[in-house]
Amino acid sequence: MKKTSRIAPARVAQTLVYHAVMLAISAVFLLPFYWMAISAFKNNAEIFANPVLWFPDPIRLENLTALLTRDDFPFLRQFANSVFYALSVACAVCFSCSLAAYSFGCLRWRGRNLVFGLTVCALLLPGIVTFLPVYLGWTKLGLNGTYWPLIAPFFFGDAFFIFMLRQFFLGVPRELMDAARLDGASEFRIWWQIVLPQVRTPLIIVGLFAIVYTWNEFFGPLIYLQDRDEFPLSLGLFTFQAARAREWSISMTGALLTALPMVVLFLVTQRLFRQGLASSTLK
Amino acid sequence: MGKSTPSGQAGAETLPRRRRRAGRNEARAGVLFALPWMIGLAIFTAIPLVLTFYIAQARFQITGAPKWVGLQNYSAIWADPAVWTSAQNTLMFAMISVPIKLVLALCLALLLNRVTMLSGFYRTVFYLPFLMPAVAGSIVFILLLNPVAGPVNMMLQAMGLSPPDWLLDPKAALWTLILLSLWPLGVETLVFLGGLQNIPKDISEAADLDSPRGWHKLVWITIPLITPMILFNLVTGIIYSFQVFTQALVIGGTTGKPAEATLMYMVVLYRAAFRYFNMGHAAAMATVLFVVVLLLTLLIFRTARSWVYYEGESR
Repeated sequence: MKKTSRIAPARVAQTLVYHAVMLAISAVFLLPFYWMAISAFKNNAEIFANPVLWFPDPIRLENLTALLTRDDFPFLRQFANSVFYALSVACAVCFSCSLAAYSFGCLRWRGRNLVFGLTVCALLLPGIVTFLPVYLGWTKLGLNGTYWPLIAPFFFGDAFFIFMLRQFFLGVPRELMDAARLDGASEFRIWWQIVLPQVRTPLIIVGLFAIVYTWNEFFGPLIYLQDRDEFPLSLGLFTFQAARAREWSISMTGALLTALPMVVLFLVTQRLFRQGLASSTLK
Repeated sequence: MGKSTPSGQAGAETLPRRRRRAGRNEARAGVLFALPWMIGLAIFTAIPLVLTFYIAQARFQITGAPKWVGLQNYSAIWADPAVWTSAQNTLMFAMISVPIKLVLALCLALLLNRVTMLSGFYRTVFYLPFLMPAVAGSIVFILLLNPVAGPVNMMLQAMGLSPPDWLLDPKAALWTLILLSLWPLGVETLVFLGGLQNIPKDISEAADLDSPRGWHKLVWITIPLITPMILFNLVTGIIYSFQVFTQALVIGGTTGKPAEATLMYMVVLYRAAFRYFNMGHAAAMATVLFVVVLLLTLLIFRTARSWVYYEGESR
């Protein structure tokens, strides 16, 4: 940290310009959130009012209560589905991907580069190219309409998260592992006790990413799930909006409450992000 | 087994042997740790990939046995105007949105890469759109861009511009999707910022001493050191934008309203597979997408060797 007792005026001006620019950009990025939030507390007429109502007046809570009681948008049920879906995938991904990423990033074995190369190819492969046969397979197994097709594959790993984690595993100093190896530690123990603590923060980040990705996942649920009570939130919101295009106030409330958990999760875990960054730069 | 000998001559003697054994153990462990993923890769990627090529040469309606039709599906999609329209739209979308997004994300990351009182706030703000479910974000944009009561057009009008009807004008509708895709650039920014913060302090400070000009450092130190992140963002950006689906479905429906302007390749493919249950048609489209993405990626990686810098290569 640098601190100067006397601050040059040019520096003050520069700082002011910087913050003015940043605040303007922030306003642009926040506008959709703000619009969504205020629309959730308006009725339809007020949403389309001209001139624009920048603050809801009166603040209407009826959309919220409507959301909890409507059968064409079983919000609480779908919320629970989303939580289950996201947490399952996050746990699966953290476990399976840290195994593979450790192997690719820290261990030397014949064929490693080939398999990792294939992993990168899988990462780059458009999902739809493999989707249809997998879909037919799940249908044949009779699991179409359940969460199995949406969660089970992540227990084997996921190319994106393996790729991402490997970048972090590469940063773990080789000497650490070699020293443990010469001391006779088993490879499993090295992974668990030496390497994983080094990548704790990246693992948390991967878990959070997995939660966000799953919470927002749309294509898989759209294809595999048919029953409204089984939908996760993003699919529930889509079907509601598609069927009731005029009821903007309810759609906006649904959108707000779908986004809110992710926003809150992020705001809460941000401290973890920053702690992780701080501790990794201390050294 | 793993008995450690005390220091001295005995230790020096067994060291090479122990090293060799450690290497063998390491290799075995490497395979074991990667095994679940290798199985998953086979079940969910390799085998389905081959099957897709197979289905692409069959008439196949989910129920009933597939019937071999050779290249008929390919000639069918070749003759399908919706496929051409959607391919064109998707290509336009990718070619416009990816470069803009990368530049914006890099600029944001550079702006964010300094410590001020509000850093935390800015960072939070730029990540937030990424957390927005695509469905929710798309619905909000429909309202935001409403020509009568949306705040965007209202502000543009106040600035003296004549904004288009984003959702009904076929010429503007694609830009709605592009705007929507630019909003959540938190991941790209996060990746860039991670790269920027990984630049060793001594290198950064040495650069500051060598040249007082900021852009020298940017061009010769910063950007070369984050080329791996640029490559990552570029490749994933192109691939994801070729597969844009959710936003297009929410905004344009399955017909790409208005006038097929937002009709994306994935939407046509989805229609073929899950509306008309024409798996052969859909698989042929998927195969074409695969080939295009493959060629593009190969091209990027071919050139990447000359512009990407990897620290600590050859591990």
